[in-house]
Amino acid sequence: MTLALIVLLPFLGCFLPLLTGERGRSLCATATMLAPIIGLVLLWRHVPEVFAGETVVQSWPWLTRVGLNLSFRLDGLGFMFALLIMGIGLLVILYARYYLSKNDPMGRFFAYLLLFMGSMLGVVLSENLLLMMFFWELTSLSSFLLIGYWSHSSDARKGARMALAVTGGGGLALLGGVLLLGQIVGSYELSDVLVAGDIIRAHALYPVVLVLVLLGVFTKSAQFPFHFWLPHAMAAPTPVSAYLHSATMVKAGVFLLARLYPALSDTDLWFFMVSVTGMITLLVGACTALFQHDLKGLLAYSTISHLGLITLLFGLDTRLAAVAAVFHIINHATFKASLFMAAGIIDHETGTRDMRRINGLWRYMPHTATLAMVAAAAMAGVPLLNGFLSKEMFFTETLQQHQFGNFSWIIPLVATLYGVFSVAYSLRFIHDVFFNGKPVNLPKYPPHEPPRYMKVPVEILVALCLLVGLLPAFTVSSLLAVAASATLGGDLPEYSLSVWHGFNLPLIMSIVAMVVGIILYFTRRQLFGWYERLPDLDAKLVFENAIQKLVGRAGQFTLLLENASLQRYMTWMLFAALVVTGFWLVRLPVWQGEVAMSPVDGITLVGALILMVAAGATAIMHRRRLVALIMLSVVGLMVALGFARFSAPDLALTQLSVEVVTIILFMLALFFLPRYTPRTSSRTRSFRDLILAGLAGLLVGGLTFAVLTRPYDTIASFFLENSYSGGGGTNVVNVILVDFRGFDTMGEVTVLAIAAVAIYALVDGLRLRIPDTDMFGRGWARATRPLMLVNLTRVILPLALLVSVYIFFRGHNLPGGGFIAGLITAVALILQYVGSGEQWTTQRWGVNYHHLAGIGVLIAGLTGLGSFAFGYPFLTSAFGYFHFPLVGEVELATAMLFDLGVYLTVVGATLLILANIGKLSGSRTIRETL
Amino acid sequence: MELLYALTLGILTMSGVYLLLRARTFQVVVGLTLLSYAVNLFLLAMGRLHTGMPAVLGKADEYADPLPQALVLTAIVIGFAMTAFALVLALRAQGELDSDHVDGKGDN
Repeated sequence: MTLALIVLLPFLGCFLPLLTGERGRSLCATATMLAPIIGLVLLWRHVPEVFAGETVVQSWPWLTRVGLNLSFRLDGLGFMFALLIMGIGLLVILYARYYLSKNDPMGRFFAYLLLFMGSMLGVVLSENLLLMMFFWELTSLSSFLLIGYWSHSSDARKGARMALAVTGGGGLALLGGVLLLGQIVGSYELSDVLVAGDIIRAHALYPVVLVLVLLGVFTKSAQFPFHFWLPHAMAAPTPVSAYLHSATMVKAGVFLLARLYPALSDTDLWFFMVSVTGMITLLVGACTALFQHDLKGLLAYSTISHLGLITLLFGLDTRLAAVAAVFHIINHATFKASLFMAAGIIDHETGTRDMRRINGLWRYMPHTATLAMVAAAAMAGVPLLNGFLSKEMFFTETLQQHQFGNFSWIIPLVATLYGVFSVAYSLRFIHDVFFNGKPVNLPKYPPHEPPRYMKVPVEILVALCLLVGLLPAFTVSSLLAVAASATLGGDLPEYSLSVWHGFNLPLIMSIVAMVVGIILYFTRRQLFGWYERLPDLDAKLVFENAIQKLVGRAGQFTLLLENASLQRYMTWMLFAALVVTGFWLVRLPVWQGEVAMSPVDGITLVGALILMVAAGATAIMHRRRLVALIMLSVVGLMVALGFARFSAPDLALTQLSVEVVTIILFMLALFFLPRYTPRTSSRTRSFRDLILAGLAGLLVGGLTFAVLTRPYDTIASFFLENSYSGGGGTNVVNVILVDFRGFDTMGEVTVLAIAAVAIYALVDGLRLRIPDTDMFGRGWARATRPLMLVNLTRVILPLALLVSVYIFFRGHNLPGGGFIAGLITAVALILQYVGSGEQWTTQRWGVNYHHLAGIGVLIAGLTGLGSFAFGYPFLTSAFGYFHFPLVGEVELATAMLFDLGVYLTVVGATLLILANIGKLSGSRTIRETL
Repeated sequence: MELLYALTLGILTMSGVYLLLRARTFQVVVGLTLLSYAVNLFLLAMGRLHTGMPAVLGKADEYADPLPQALVLTAIVIGFAMTAFALVLALRAQGELDSDHVDGKGDN
């Protein structure tokens, strides 16, 4: 539980600074420290186990089927990292309390910081690789927030975006690598993966896994050629840089190298890829660092170079080199964090980070200067400081390599060169900033020492540098031993952590580096001149350019497919449907199946011909809209007759009544729409559409024919057998609607009601220009309402209502039912609107159609729910036969109540739609016109 | 009969699709209506073509497949709702943009 708590605490704790942010800076900082302090205490309780060399694993099953478990692991390596993350984190919080200005929202800053801390702890304490991936991505995201904290600055935004793009991209590769690793081993738990090194290395996919994992590592740890994001991340507030670039973020990459060392190392591929990358990064970083005028820029490139060193050490692939790498991780974290903080203090007190302007600060801030000088000396690898120890180990290891054959001398040479540059840039950090004349034109003058407590974190870190450097055996050795043995996954090699190893080759390399470095620094003017003349290559511009191009291309591609033209979309969709369906149809050897065709009778033939001609005419005469509409109604009528012809009386009735309503609707719409269509499509386009339409017709026709001439299997017998005994009705179609598949019908009427409400919303506030004349320029007839029509509709109404009641009641046993009855009622009422006008009808029939449709859906739903009361599932129907005087034997079923709901919804929705559109034409202007 | 039925559906689909690809809202809605006729007929045919045997118990010796019929019945009503919605959308576009082009473009 404790391990999960250590990881979770910062996440929980990130609410504290947000809550206290407004109530004073000290309170906010103290509240923020709570989580890491408790975390450190919890970590401390595991000291005995960890230093006894045990691995603590705490696990809870989560998504076991995909191999993802909430499992955490604490061993020497994880312990060391957790200690660094929380320890340096605490110091950074204290430092940031004084660094941030009053205008910076402090609560937000600390919340981001804790978010990041929790993510880092998750990475180093995860036992499950998938869980680690989750936290790995979280570090990318939360570092994005931290780097972009000063979101008003364009540099911060761009830097943050670049960091996210590079590390996020690497994370994607790493995820691939981790998934493959889990597939190979059969488990994502580190305990299983780390002992399966031999299986992994022997596997055919090992090179792929290695490349993917290394991509993740190299992007995160800013290795060449992915190093460019790190200097731009310097746009972050300095506490963030101190944290991200010393103990955390960039160390996540090398942490993973250490973590997976037993599983992936010990092959030639590992050696070449890791060591060569490390070597290039080491040199590029160290060399570029010397030429930076920005204080933080220098530290940034130095960080890149030190990360290269650690990577190179892991790449050298000897057990001792891995120990040196772990040692250097600790040392680099301490001196680099303190240097960043010192740089932040200088920036804070002088208002600039340009080393060409900051000179001779010794006189103004001797205390800070002393601290910074000691830390810089540690960075340079001066004896008696911690940096010296790991550097000596590094030099020793470079001399042990023979993998490059005759070119093995390259590695010690590169190492010495690195030493030269690191001495030179460290010297620049000391000499250029604190001595070398007087300050030039500082924004804040004179500079002075920072607040007392702002220096405390630096003091602590510098003291650690000194202590480790002087007395390694008493301070760091046991921690290093457990961390290194956890990395190696076994016994430690022999090594000694003493300052004096005798006069040997590594020491000579150190002395050479020191001397040449000093000479290099004092000849810097010529070197700077040479560097200035180099072509200017700003990674930010290159990156932004690439991104812009990519976005442009994506936009072009999107525009190609999605040009906001319905015609284009329709064409693509139809084309896709044709390809997908046509592919299978074409592969049929014969379209006609084995079932014999039934004979054609004369009347059906005539009907089909009328239908075909009318359909064709609708398409051909589509420019003359009224004619097309008349043709459409012919088609609808023939379809209704077709339903009747092929034993579907219910459908015929429904189609007929829907047809009436639809055509009225079209007529209403046509009143407002242009009556004639201009010819705008080009001939080629019409031809293309014709081809497409022809193919679609061929496809549907062919498919229908192919299906109809093949035998089929149906579940109809179930419905036919149970309709009467189970549903109490002989009209099987209606019983299916209100009983067997009542839930579907429930959905359908709800959709109908929703459509009606949506149409009401669309019509609401709609203003349409009412045409004065028809398309031939004739004015509207001014006659009053036709007398016959008015009287006839009024007579028809009660008759039609009677019919609809009849249809409704017989629906359960004979063709009819709620749908059809509803439509008939709607048509009868619409006739009143047509005959007598909207005003007249509304005065006499003041029914609110919204309510009607809503009540309908409610009745249907409540009927369904009613069956719960009797302990049956939703929409179970009950029925019985009752004897009424005069009427006789009558069947009553709850399904009828449901059908009543359907009926009311259909009436309500249909009238809601039609009356609303009709109202448009009944507006004042039109009435005056008419 | 099956061939005739398939042919009718083909013509119906062809007319519907052609209209669907036109540039004016009215034609598109008419095309949509034609296409939904075709779809409903197609669905009905999945229960095969039967003559004189409605799925009403006691009215015939054999019965047509009632399931596609039930599906088509709701489809007809939903199809009406869809047509109405498309039409009103067209009206709204006409009102807002003063154009009945499907892309909302003016005539010029």
